Amino acid sequence: MRICITSQGDNLDAFLDPRFGRCNYFIIVDSETMEFEALPNPSLSARGGAGIEAAQTVLNKGVDVLITGDVGPNASKVLSTSNIKVITTKENGTVREILDKFLNGKLG
Amino acid sequence: MVISVASGKGGTGKTSVAVNLALSIENVQILDCDVEEPNVHLFLQPEIEKVEGVYTLIPKIDESLCNYCGKCAEFCEYNAIFVSKDKILLFSELCHSCGGCKLVCPTNAISEEPHKTGSVYSGKSKDIEVIYGELEVGDAVATNIVREVKKRIDKSKNVIIDCPPGASCPVIESIKGSDFCILVTEPTPFGLHDLKIAVSVLEEMKIPFGVIVNRSDLGDKRVYDYCKEKNIPILLEIPFDRRIAELYSRGIPFVLEMDEWKKNFRKLFETIKERVQK
Repeated sequence: MRICITSQGDNLDAFLDPRFGRCNYFIIVDSETMEFEALPNPSLSARGGAGIEAAQTVLNKGVDVLITGDVGPNASKVLSTSNIKVITTKENGTVREILDKFLNGKLG
Repeated sequence: MVISVASGKGGTGKTSVAVNLALSIENVQILDCDVEEPNVHLFLQPEIEKVEGVYTLIPKIDESLCNYCGKCAEFCEYNAIFVSKDKILLFSELCHSCGGCKLVCPTNAISEEPHKTGSVYSGKSKDIEVIYGELEVGDAVATNIVREVKKRIDKSKNVIIDCPPGASCPVIESIKGSDFCILVTEPTPFGLHDLKIAVSVLEEMKIPFGVIVNRSDLGDKRVYDYCKEKNIPILLEIPFDRRIAELYSRGIPFVLEMDEWKKNFRKLFETIKERVQK
């Protein structure tokens, strides 16, 4: 399973970024190997439609689960057409903590 | 002569200046280019003679021809198209009608269709010709409407353009082609900050301009110091006057009840005329 968490930094100890479309990084973790990739968000400075573009990025990465703080209406419309499971959380821990909680079924 | 009335900061009194100037001189056409919230007509109460729709072209996607290659979404600078493995979504409110998606589509799945983005209202308030645009609720691109409003400029008249606030695309579209631009500001830190941005826009556009200081007896002297330093003429000062405010709150342009101000606005117009002819 490929899990994408919006993050303020480029590693697992960075904090979750509550924004989706304009988050700093997408951290994409493979739950089998626990290997991860930190992808700078290309939509960070988009003039408009950042959420749509961010959703396209995440989708192209073959993500199964997306964990973030909140998703705007356009991005939500886009994501609902995909098979990505979207989890919005009010938690504000590090990516590692959020991931642990999710994998132990303690998130959302 | 075309005079635009702009300001960096909102709420400084652009519409007041535009409307009061219009009521003080002869042979006037006033255009309200603040199409997101036009309000000139609230003060002038024109009798509307014509309402015309403004349409732009947006992509129409034939999904039976689409192979979901995603080239259109990749091309779109405004992220108005989204393509997944088996779905394509269009966000028409983000589309800028460039037609690029149609050009890059390898399967000819994209054609274009008209989309209503707003209206242009034309009418008369006594001798003043009033034209204003209104952006459709939910639409985000104002420049097309501004362009449509400005197509109706009658150069044989004294044209006054009420611009939107700020210094973004719709403002530039509104000011473009003016012989002179009045920048309305207030003597506050915000007024000064946004005035500086507006000045940099006009310098870039090479359009002559001057400043009107509204609520001139409030705040501090920094706007004045800045204008002096930059050699920007202060065309008029309007004080923070209870009578002006009361009339405004009742939707009455103050020159209608305060005759001395009509003279001030006429003088302003003469000053501008001289500057333009120079």
